[in-house]
Amino acid sequence: MAGKVIVLTSGKGGVGKTTSAAAIAAGLALRGHRTVVIDFDVGLRNLDLIMGCERRVVFDFINVINGDAKLNQALIKDKRNDSLYIFPTSQTRDKDALKRDGVERVLEELKDSFDYIVCDSPAGIEHGALTAMYFADSAIIVTNPEVSSVRDSDRIIGLLASKSRRAEFNLEPVAVHLLLSRYSPERVRKGEMLTVEDVKEILSIPLLGVIPESESVLRASNTGTPVVFDEESPAGRAYHDAVARFLGEQRELRFLQPERRSFFRALFGRA
Amino acid sequence: MAGNLVQGAVFTVMVVRAGMLRDPAFEPELAEQIRRSPRFFLNAPVVLDLKDAAEFTDKEEFAEAKEILHRHTLTLIGVQNVTPAQLLAAAGAGLASFPPNAPQPSRSPPRAPTRSVPSPPAAAVKTRLVTQPVRSGTQIYARGADLVVTAAVSPGAEIIADGNIHVYGALRGRALAGAGGDVDARIFCSRLEAELISIAGRYLVSEQLPAEQHGFPVQIALVDERLTVTRN
Repeated sequence: MAGKVIVLTSGKGGVGKTTSAAAIAAGLALRGHRTVVIDFDVGLRNLDLIMGCERRVVFDFINVINGDAKLNQALIKDKRNDSLYIFPTSQTRDKDALKRDGVERVLEELKDSFDYIVCDSPAGIEHGALTAMYFADSAIIVTNPEVSSVRDSDRIIGLLASKSRRAEFNLEPVAVHLLLSRYSPERVRKGEMLTVEDVKEILSIPLLGVIPESESVLRASNTGTPVVFDEESPAGRAYHDAVARFLGEQRELRFLQPERRSFFRALFGRA
Repeated sequence: MAGNLVQGAVFTVMVVRAGMLRDPAFEPELAEQIRRSPRFFLNAPVVLDLKDAAEFTDKEEFAEAKEILHRHTLTLIGVQNVTPAQLLAAAGAGLASFPPNAPQPSRSPPRAPTRSVPSPPAAAVKTRLVTQPVRSGTQIYARGADLVVTAAVSPGAEIIADGNIHVYGALRGRALAGAGGDVDARIFCSRLEAELISIAGRYLVSEQLPAEQHGFPVQIALVDERLTVTRN
């Protein structure tokens, strides 16, 4: 088995990389693919919280890179899904601890036992982010519909095309996908946000999905449950669609229109 | 160019190497020379030669050079042998760009009115062709050549050519044609949404670009020293 390495990256911070990494990884696992999600944000460890396994962390990514722990000592099995594993990072170290040969060795070992290795990149374009993207086979560019985020995403797409291992060794380029998150149809309608078409036009990469801005995402983060486990939430369903498209299915885009409020809901003022 | 309004003329201009400005001995020596023949130097135009002077990169440094020379009754009017970045900074300090082909410090004034001896034909320079989108943060420089981009140029990207620039897509970043000082260079694009356009050091930032041309296929040329945007 040779697993595929997927990096979730954006350049800009706060656009929803970790939320999306958790949701995509869980979505892949829910479809029966053996999946591990790795936190590359050394020093600002969050993925374990989003995945709800923060109280089970003993060893981390850096321990394994340095040979202080074995891979199976550091991997945390998800309690909700047998195919899903979490690989937390260190909160006490910094990005310099991400040595490229060490990361490569760990990823190669993971490829033997997983179908998908989802890498949650830190923000920025420095060592941490560059290491997270270097070994990627596919990249999911998490972008918010606003100009600063789009510009940073554009920069990251350029780096993937020049600084990744695939680029350096003249292999088939990293497959790059756009995931538009925190999309608010209401604000797009008012002209406060870029439209899906605007973003697609500027970045000119295939669109994997549009995740609507949703309270369920915040709730999911705070309870440590990836939002795809919430069958009711539009964001959760949008992530399921994105995962399906990633795996090659054709699905219509949803949640691009402002949610229609029913007459009774409007009458009683409930959201 | 514009009929009788503009006439050509040939002048002798002093060239000062930028490196000399940093030499502490420069000012005293210059003062001494001017003391000997003050009339020759009074208000004389000077061109700053930036060959091997990559450290000059911002507007302030050019303004400072201007001031040093001004203290000695000299007027800095332009630069030569510049990099594209230096050209932009120099233009910002109000300096003109001179072609890099006058190494002799003094040249006999009566020169042929037109360049009767063309520079030796170099091997034909191939146009630089870029087929991928030029992403934010990327810089592409077509040295001594034209540049053709068959995709979009993103905001935050910079494309530079010593010759013309063609963009068969949206131009949303910065485009600098005639970077070596060629005033006949032009910029063509299928959609003008640029952050900055420049030809031979003259530049317009996006808010100076004519709003009515935004998003349209245009060409940009220097006409009478002014950047002119016309719809294609």
